[in-house]
Amino acid sequence: MKRFLLRRIGLAFVTLFMLTFLVFFATHLLPGDVAKKILGPFADAQAVKDLNKELGTDRPIPVQYVSWISDTVRGDLGQSYVYSVPVSEKIRPAVGLSAKLGALAFLLVIPASIFGGIVAALRRGKPIDRLITIGGLSAAVIPEFVWAVFFILIFGVRLKWLPVSATSPDGAGIFEQYKHLLLPALCLVMVLFGYIARITRAGVIEALDADYTRTARLKGLPNRTVVNKHVLRNALMPTIAVTATQVGYLLGGLVAVELAFNYNGFGLLLLESVRQRDFPLLQAAVLLIGVVYVFTTLLADVIYTLLNPRIRQAILK
Amino acid sequence: MKIPEPASATSILVSAVDEGRTRAKQEARAQRRERMALLLRKPSFLIGSTISLFWLVCAVFGTVIAPQDPFVQNPVDKLQEPSWKHWFGTDNLGRDVFSRVIVGARLIVIVALGATIIAAILGTILGLVAGYYKGMVDEVIMRTADVFMAIPTIVLALLITSSVNSKSMFIVMFIIALVFTPVIARTVRASALGETELDYVAAARLRTEKTPHIQFKEVLPNILPSLLVEFTVRLGYAIFAIATLSFLGAGASPESPDWGTQVATHRNFLNGLNWSATVFPALAIATLSIGVNLLQDAVTEAFDR
Repeated sequence: MKRFLLRRIGLAFVTLFMLTFLVFFATHLLPGDVAKKILGPFADAQAVKDLNKELGTDRPIPVQYVSWISDTVRGDLGQSYVYSVPVSEKIRPAVGLSAKLGALAFLLVIPASIFGGIVAALRRGKPIDRLITIGGLSAAVIPEFVWAVFFILIFGVRLKWLPVSATSPDGAGIFEQYKHLLLPALCLVMVLFGYIARITRAGVIEALDADYTRTARLKGLPNRTVVNKHVLRNALMPTIAVTATQVGYLLGGLVAVELAFNYNGFGLLLLESVRQRDFPLLQAAVLLIGVVYVFTTLLADVIYTLLNPRIRQAILK
Repeated sequence: MKIPEPASATSILVSAVDEGRTRAKQEARAQRRERMALLLRKPSFLIGSTISLFWLVCAVFGTVIAPQDPFVQNPVDKLQEPSWKHWFGTDNLGRDVFSRVIVGARLIVIVALGATIIAAILGTILGLVAGYYKGMVDEVIMRTADVFMAIPTIVLALLITSSVNSKSMFIVMFIIALVFTPVIARTVRASALGETELDYVAAARLRTEKTPHIQFKEVLPNILPSLLVEFTVRLGYAIFAIATLSFLGAGASPESPDWGTQVATHRNFLNGLNWSATVFPALAIATLSIGVNLLQDAVTEAFDR
């Protein structure tokens, strides 16, 4: 067990290390003059040179990488080119806003998709099963911004039930704030529901077919007890793992949703940093996503393994 | 009197091997026929392929089908609701939305198919190489796949577009191909490793066939079903990613009839001014996505066992 944990954690760090490479060199693919990009094509040559010196972008790329990585490890994410403030100052409030949106999406999707998956599994092959599996996966392949268009038109403009902007007015109460976040969260829910429901369904079906379930039934336990005590407890394990990996996906989905609903969260900040080539901000944002993904999958793997000794054995072999 | 020469040991062996091959081929053909029959019976396959085919036809013959020139501007008639003259209404420059949706199919279909095909070819080669060399090469390819999977496709593509100065759908195509390659390599490697333990590979080894020959001529045909499944899965993801990237403004130029770009340009008119210039391109993306997904679902069920 210890060996597995160590290996898994080691692997996570290898991934993180390679991630820093990817993030850094993807933003330095083309030899470009950073100061020139900031100051524009008509800037004074001396001014460009001075700014490059000030930013440290006149140094060789490997040197820049080493200094970037050592700063990052010490928690210094650098200065934003565009806003001229520390990157962390821009990222922190944006992460807070996105976390609120993401939390609402998960709060909605987890119970709904687990319930849907269980219902589908218990009615395997019936129309309701088809509806949940095929309908769920069809909903999941439609991009979030397309859902945004439909929801804005139907619930925002036509029915006028919900606001079409995710940003609530200043001083709005918590209820009002979440009302503004409901449509954007629903877009994320549509994409997440199908995957989680399908995994839950598969888990429940496997548990239903297992020997211990047959034994429980043969013991004469009522159906409700069999499902609640024997099936669900075993079936929800894969769901935990999948839900955790969806956190990483969610961070990507936020970009389109926040643009569609004009929400100044992390996704929109990332998009702005791409558009304006604000590399320190962009690097920090992508790195943060990678770190969150690596640690949530690590956590999911560990939980999953702790819960399932069979996998533990297979990994050790 | 001439005695017929006794059959040599090798010729017996050769004929036995030939016979074995013919039988294997017959079995493979029967299996393929069975799978196709299974596929054709599935309603999801029929619906999915009908929708996909529709958009494919639009992609190929779009410029012929479109009733009007998708680029002709007519500012007097801008932002009109659907009518007999303009089935899907007109956009902010008075262009015919119906024609633009039909013609726009070409862009997303070419880019999605192109990206997936490039990634499938490169990924297959890398996956087979990884499965063949194992050790260091394998480790490097797999860890690269790990990293690529640690960042959502959209974010990874945005990261790369930020450093490429010009933007175009072809750059998007290569970026998506690049992002998908290690993921496909991983699938191919896993399937190839599964095959390596089977008897036919051992037999090929005994015949002293070269390893590349074994990987590409004998293992590859046997993992084609899982490659096909992976291809259709990736194609769906590619459409999702490409549409989203062009909505985010990382792909086509604003005058392009690209669907995601049309949605991005007109979504601000949704608030009462005009709905059709946004909704129809959005519906086009939705139907293409669902069509390919249904197709993928049916292919997965028929081939992935």
